[in-house]
Amino acid sequence: MELVRLIFLPLLGALICSFFKQGNIARIGALVISIISLVFTIGMVCKFIPDASTQFLINYTWIPSLGIHFKAGIDGISMIIVLLTNILIPIIILASFKYQYKSPHSLYALILFMQMGLLLVFTALDGFLFYVGWEAALIPIYFICALWGGENRIQVNLKFFIYTIAGSLLMLIAIIYLHLQTPNNSYDIADFYQLKLDAATQAWLFWAFFLAFAIKMPVFPFHTWQPDTYTEAPTVGTMLLSGIMLKMGVYGVIRWLIPVVPLGFAAWGQTALILSVIGIIYASVIAFTQKDIKRLVAYSSIAHVGLISAGIFAWNIQGLQGAMIQMLNHGINVVGLFFVLDIITRRLNTRQLDQMGGIAKSAPQLAISFLIVLLGTVALPLTNGFIGEFLLLMGVYQYHIGYAALAGLTIILGAVYMFRMYQQVMLGSTNEQTSVFIDLDPTEKIVLFIICALVIVIGVYPQPILHISEAAVSNLVDQVNQKIVLSK
Amino acid sequence: MINLVWLVPLFPLIGFVINGWGRNVLSKSAVGFIGSAMILLSFGVSVGIFCELNAADTKAFIIPLFDWIHAGNLTVPFSFLVDPLSSLMLLVVTGIGFLIHVYSIGYMHEDAGFAKFFSYFNLFIFFMLLLVLGSNYVILFIGWEGVGLCSYLLIGFWFTNASYASAAKKAFVMNRIGDLGFLIAIFLIFSTFGSVEFAKIFPQAATMVSGNGTLILITALLFVGATGKSAQIPLFTWLPDAMAGPTPVSALIHAATMVTAGIYMIARSNILFTLAPQTLEIVSIIGLATAILAATIALTQTDIKKVLAYSTVSQLGYMFLGLGVGAYTGAFFHVITHAFFKALLFLGAGSVIHAMSNEQDLRNMGGLRKKLPITFLTMMIGTIAISGLPPFAGFFSKDEILAHVYQHNPVLWVIGVIGAMFTAFYMFRMLFLTFYGNFRGTPDQEHHLHESPKSMTAPLIILAVLSVFGGFIGVPEVLGGSHWLAHFLAPVFETPHAKMGELALDHGTEYRLMAISVGGVLFALFFAYTKYIRNAYVPLADVDKRSLLAKISYNKYYVDEIYDALIARPLDALSSFFYHVVDKLGIDGFVNNLGKIATEASKGFRLLQTGNIGFYIFMMVLGTMALLIYGFCKF
Repeated sequence: MELVRLIFLPLLGALICSFFKQGNIARIGALVISIISLVFTIGMVCKFIPDASTQFLINYTWIPSLGIHFKAGIDGISMIIVLLTNILIPIIILASFKYQYKSPHSLYALILFMQMGLLLVFTALDGFLFYVGWEAALIPIYFICALWGGENRIQVNLKFFIYTIAGSLLMLIAIIYLHLQTPNNSYDIADFYQLKLDAATQAWLFWAFFLAFAIKMPVFPFHTWQPDTYTEAPTVGTMLLSGIMLKMGVYGVIRWLIPVVPLGFAAWGQTALILSVIGIIYASVIAFTQKDIKRLVAYSSIAHVGLISAGIFAWNIQGLQGAMIQMLNHGINVVGLFFVLDIITRRLNTRQLDQMGGIAKSAPQLAISFLIVLLGTVALPLTNGFIGEFLLLMGVYQYHIGYAALAGLTIILGAVYMFRMYQQVMLGSTNEQTSVFIDLDPTEKIVLFIICALVIVIGVYPQPILHISEAAVSNLVDQVNQKIVLSK
Repeated sequence: MINLVWLVPLFPLIGFVINGWGRNVLSKSAVGFIGSAMILLSFGVSVGIFCELNAADTKAFIIPLFDWIHAGNLTVPFSFLVDPLSSLMLLVVTGIGFLIHVYSIGYMHEDAGFAKFFSYFNLFIFFMLLLVLGSNYVILFIGWEGVGLCSYLLIGFWFTNASYASAAKKAFVMNRIGDLGFLIAIFLIFSTFGSVEFAKIFPQAATMVSGNGTLILITALLFVGATGKSAQIPLFTWLPDAMAGPTPVSALIHAATMVTAGIYMIARSNILFTLAPQTLEIVSIIGLATAILAATIALTQTDIKKVLAYSTVSQLGYMFLGLGVGAYTGAFFHVITHAFFKALLFLGAGSVIHAMSNEQDLRNMGGLRKKLPITFLTMMIGTIAISGLPPFAGFFSKDEILAHVYQHNPVLWVIGVIGAMFTAFYMFRMLFLTFYGNFRGTPDQEHHLHESPKSMTAPLIILAVLSVFGGFIGVPEVLGGSHWLAHFLAPVFETPHAKMGELALDHGTEYRLMAISVGGVLFALFFAYTKYIRNAYVPLADVDKRSLLAKISYNKYYVDEIYDALIARPLDALSSFFYHVVDKLGIDGFVNNLGKIATEASKGFRLLQTGNIGFYIFMMVLGTMALLIYGFCKF
């Protein structure tokens, strides 16, 4: 029952918000609802027993004739992403308070609706339900970007939409195909796991799923929608996309790709890993010379997600545990970064690096928060990013030392583009605009304080979070590896 | 006391938090007091630990705090190791660190970022202490990267100057290049030994055969890490630029913290390195090459801090040379004595710069010995110590390294002695140009000349005393000493002593070697004296023409320019190419074309939607028939 409450509370919130045309009520209502969600989530984390089992299970017959069930539950893997989602949504809502958006009630209703979709994706144990959640999360973000975005939003959004829809369709076909193979006319993930398909079938299923997930993350070379979309989207949209939505792809790979088609993974996993590693270096190098700060961070996000993806395809405990905690970390850090960039952009009315400089002098508090988030992003030890990157690289290392050396370049390249950006934005001499830059106001302080605190606390004491997913991850790794071994 | 070792890094952390948080509230005297007192407390605890360890029978204590990372078969405990190596290092870091803190109270007094400065300083010491105390490679790595961060913050302390900010970034990035090597070495260590804990790795390693391929790879990667942190070829160029920060920062980076990390790490991993003689060979060659390269650059530099910076690079080269030939004790001995005299020299240079109203160019100094008597006297002691004249501190440690080098390979020894002569020359050149001759600055500067306040001269005096007597902790047997240091460190360096043997030169040879190197140094001193005092030579202005060799040395072999042309600019070009050509035209162009084809195709299909119901029905009938035919064929 707790899970039902968790999933549908945002929906209820969305309904309430859409009725209040006054901006203030809608936004405070949305914040309150999202905080209640967070409290529920924390309660569930406390109740959660960190073993490999699925807990808070719900299972209702939904459309019996088609074998569709409303089946959802939470294991250690889901728990972390649900936690991430429900931590970030209130932060993102709070971060949007600075803006006087037109028709705010629709915006906040859409955010909460999207939250429901995301929670469905991260907890669904039924293929059809997973797909419903997948699309339910996509539609709100499409509208958020299309209605509140920048100048080129329509064109850019269309591309984003077609791109992801194309991926989703492939996934839908794959899900329906799997459904048809089940002996008991089911969409249940447990039945999918039981299927014994031949390697050739698994290979094309692998690609159908992988494309959907790879587009979402995005993995090189399916990434070209991302920089444009991130840049044109309003800041809330960018935060939702980068902080939470891309984890749908990552989660999908862990839950719906590799365990469902282990032989497909055995055949094509290395290709996916290579693409991920290429993406790390390729996107990092591109980030070097970006002049638009938002676009720079967008490319950096491709690089960071590339490492997460590489760690997963290496398929061992360190790599997967690294991916789990890094999903959380990346969400926190990237939202922090985009929030900082938003503060700067709003004050200066520009996103161009060459028009900035010296802000640290006029805004020391911003400078410190920005630096802490940045250190998390470049994975300095004792910040959250280090734990993730260390485990991920160790995972990739166990796959092959060469890939680890290449993927490891991210710690050098990341330092280059991040510190270059920091230097150009914050350091050096001030110009006319940056010399009168106003430091953080109370709301901004709260948001950045929470984010910085998370960066440091997780970095210093990551064990509680690693502990949540450890049993589930090692169980999953064993299952898949056994299947691969058995088939040989 | 040993069980309270966690207090040692905790005090600086507290200082960092208090001064960082209260930077706008606390008065300058409160900030300076808190910042220095925290380090003094750490020093006090370190002394207690040292005494207890010295008296104890066991020589290695592991103090666990909590489980930091646990994933699968990987466990990284957050725990500390107290043994002779780390306890000595604690004394150096906190002791020298404390003196530099006290000095900074005077030096930074006028700076608006006073509290920020002290909080960064405390953080620096904190990370260095983690590095020293970590009982496994991952905790060591926290400190390793942490000092990199602090050097970034402090080198770029005056960040409104764009070139200072660039120097800070350069330091961080160059360090990161080395860090990647270190990180991969950690993975390799874990996969080989199943643990990252020193106590589990070294006993296993001791049973392996010398020259084992994995060990060679591990040690080579660790050495890559060390070249970054300890400024060796090819990653040395950040250290001279690091003088962009306030002068006490240079003292901290060059003497007490940071650059000694590479030496410490290799000394800590001595078992692995001893069993990888091929890597040791590389270490000694890189060390010697760096020592000579940096020394030849220092010969012509005109910025007082640049001379000192290159002298550090050069001295670090000697330490690596020592490690490479198996003189672990000697190299570590040199870390200690170098910490004394290099802190002294940098702080002395700071005192000069302070007196000269921020002038750093040797060409504009001269004759300062009367106006700055304490600074002059102490820097003179530092110069003698670094040149290696007996019985000052540098003599004993350098002699020990060189004796081992001679036993290993006399050719390397000859090159090493030539380097030592260079050292003596450029150091006395700096001393003479600063303190002798006539004053060459502006009348305004001359008017302001003054000896520094007590908070600055007191540390100088203490460091001078250490630079004179510090070498007596390791007087070799040939000179009638008992080499206390070697005995104290013996438990740490047991394996190399067993595998590589002790120094086996007869006394006559040792005396001869000493005589030659001391003679060389005296010759260089005399040469510098003739040139800069007798002939009162002043280095050329920047616009003057130099001879080819002098030009190459003055421009630091153009290494920065070469790196820029070979790495930085090609990478930027690659970035533009990836972005504009591959990403925009290539991949995105392909995607857009797919979109266009779809649009064009749909334009065609749209024509089918005519609105003519008859046509629709016709199509439906066709479709049904097709289905029926398909069905019949199937069955």
